[in-house]
Amino acid sequence: MSTENQQATGQSANIWPLWEVFVRSSRGLSHVHAGSLHAPDAEMALRNARDLYTRRNEGVSIWVVPSDAITASDPDAKGSFFESPQGKDYRHATYYTKSEGVKHL
Amino acid sequence: MAAAPLQPVPAHASPADSSATDQAGQAYFDRIIAEDSRIEPKDWMPEAYRKTLVRQISQHAHSEIIGMQPEANWITRAPSLKRKAILMAKVQDEAGHGLYLYSAAETLGTPRDVLNQQLLDGKAKYSSIFNYPARSWADMGAIGWLVDGAAIANQVPLCRASYGPYGRAMVRICKEESFHQRQGFEILLELSHGTPEQKRMAQDAVDRFYAPALMMFGPPDDDSPNSKQSMAWNIKRFSNDELRQRFVGMIVEQAKVLGLTLPDPELRFDEETGQWIHMELDWQEFKDVIAGRGPCNSQRMARRREAHENGAWVREAAHAYAEKKMQQKAGAA
Amino acid sequence: MTHAQPTQAQPTQAQPTHADHSLDSFGDAAASATRVTPGNALRPEDIAISPDKPNDDVAEYALRLGDDSLILAQRLSHWISRGPELEEDIALGNIALDLLGHARSFLIYAGHALGKSEDDLAYWREEEDFRSVWLFEQPNGDFGVTIARQLVVSIYQHLLYSRLVDSTDPTIAAIAAKALKEVDYHRDHATQWTLRLGDGTAESHRRMQAALELVWPYVDELFDDDPLIDRIGDAGVRPSTLREQFDADIAAVIDEATLDLPTVPRAMGGGRRGLHTEHLGYLLAEMQVLARKHPGASW
Repeated sequence: MSTENQQATGQSANIWPLWEVFVRSSRGLSHVHAGSLHAPDAEMALRNARDLYTRRNEGVSIWVVPSDAITASDPDAKGSFFESPQGKDYRHATYYTKSEGVKHL
Repeated sequence: MAAAPLQPVPAHASPADSSATDQAGQAYFDRIIAEDSRIEPKDWMPEAYRKTLVRQISQHAHSEIIGMQPEANWITRAPSLKRKAILMAKVQDEAGHGLYLYSAAETLGTPRDVLNQQLLDGKAKYSSIFNYPARSWADMGAIGWLVDGAAIANQVPLCRASYGPYGRAMVRICKEESFHQRQGFEILLELSHGTPEQKRMAQDAVDRFYAPALMMFGPPDDDSPNSKQSMAWNIKRFSNDELRQRFVGMIVEQAKVLGLTLPDPELRFDEETGQWIHMELDWQEFKDVIAGRGPCNSQRMARRREAHENGAWVREAAHAYAEKKMQQKAGAA
Repeated sequence: MTHAQPTQAQPTQAQPTHADHSLDSFGDAAASATRVTPGNALRPEDIAISPDKPNDDVAEYALRLGDDSLILAQRLSHWISRGPELEEDIALGNIALDLLGHARSFLIYAGHALGKSEDDLAYWREEEDFRSVWLFEQPNGDFGVTIARQLVVSIYQHLLYSRLVDSTDPTIAAIAAKALKEVDYHRDHATQWTLRLGDGTAESHRRMQAALELVWPYVDELFDDDPLIDRIGDAGVRPSTLREQFDADIAAVIDEATLDLPTVPRAMGGGRRGLHTEHLGYLLAEMQVLARKHPGASW
């Protein structure tokens, strides 16, 4: 598994694998994808991310993830993956109009 | 290859239904473009769109990386410690911008080492302006004001480029570049209000960088075959000439504040057409410099190659160490 | 109702505003990964406007610390656009910028006693007026030599600033407090690279060992005491008292990196008295050439 990873990302001896970088800008907020970078391993990826993506105080916390460790949903070209929540207005407070004007609701 | 998850999946489609997939993909793509929405890495996209983007984004990235050199030359000679710090931070930003852009290009499926190799092999282009020498300290001002200024004028509309990762990289870059242009302007302001010799230095730098900066917007519209398609795809939002116009209008006013003149005897605003008239640019020179006959082409490439080659043993060492540690971890588990 | 009701949060979707040309409306600029702030740490500009003035001995001490960092920043800045990978251009650039910041703070403070600006001190002093020790002016060499020099410097500076935060001179203590956090990262950077080069390939091991041998003669000078140290007392730190911890710290890294502690003899040293190796003259010639061409000019 690990050697497969290695081969998937760093083809030859001096090409470093790709990492995705997520930055938390301040406490209370989520980590947000900032971009990617190359690094030989996780320790260096974190440090490179610090130098590349937080030069202007953009973050208080960083995650790095090997790019090939991310599983993504299919592109929504067919739309079906994200169709279900469409049209289900009753999941949203705005659907309930009769209670409008009633306080603390 | 690299970037597996963010890279477009070459559809799990078998050859038999690939044309149907393409048709559906094209329809979806067209709709996204028509809605002025964004294409994201895993979306289906026309091969030509992908190729155009990889070429444009990587050229842009290469320009940032090669563009570090003329300014890096002056870091060690910066005339005050404050200017030294500012210039260092700026050149460092350019490495960062190169990386943001390579990162965007990689989402299209071409790994950075391939792009880098194209640069080192002389197969990839970069902005021709960086093949001009930075002769004096005032050039740090002119590069910041005119070259970065032109770059920003080019790049702000690119923040809305139809390809998501490109637009996002440009947002970040534009935010950072605004300091670049201002520091350049301030260098020139300081010089133009300094000793006569300093003022001469500033004027000389503006004289040398004015025309090459205007050429950064690319050939005139009627000689720019790819522009139309790029605009149809919402990659480019304004034509080369439109952007050049806009830029000239901005720097005319700024030059007055600097107390410097733009080296263009024909420069005037035409009330009737609402256009800035500027001198004829030497497009033959533009083509020559792109073709490798500029003053610094071979020097810039040699330096890039040297850094890459000198770094090989370091990259190999880090790679070997990572593998060793991974094996040790696997062995211990 | 006489006053407006607070607006209730609505689950409305943000409408894309395509006509808006401001950057914050596009991409993820409004999201948290790109929010920028200048921070609120001590800056050289803050030292410049402070009325605090060191006595002559503390000024001389500040000059030493400032010169060390200035000369090293000048060396490291040469790496930008020449690093083994673009990511490393940025890393070394950050370290150089940190050091330049420390140098400016110390020089500005020293200048308060000497009636000189940071630039007077950096650009208009002669070689024999510089107080940096020899290690800092040694050439970059290959990446391994730079890392070996970084390893020694960052471990030394980390120990030094850890103690200087308690300096009886509040300005020195404040500069040290800012520098300490940054140098901590430099130490980590140098350590990570020493491990990778030492325990990477046979070639990198050979180069890293050679690099250590090359910088090692200049280690001892960092820890030399002299009469100034006696005079400034608790405003400074007695260099020799840092040695034991330095030896332990650096040996641990070198050992983990599968490298050997060099046993080469020390170089004589003399930087604190203005006696330098042949390298400093060239470094200063390059650094000072433009400023000196325009006496009295401002930039």
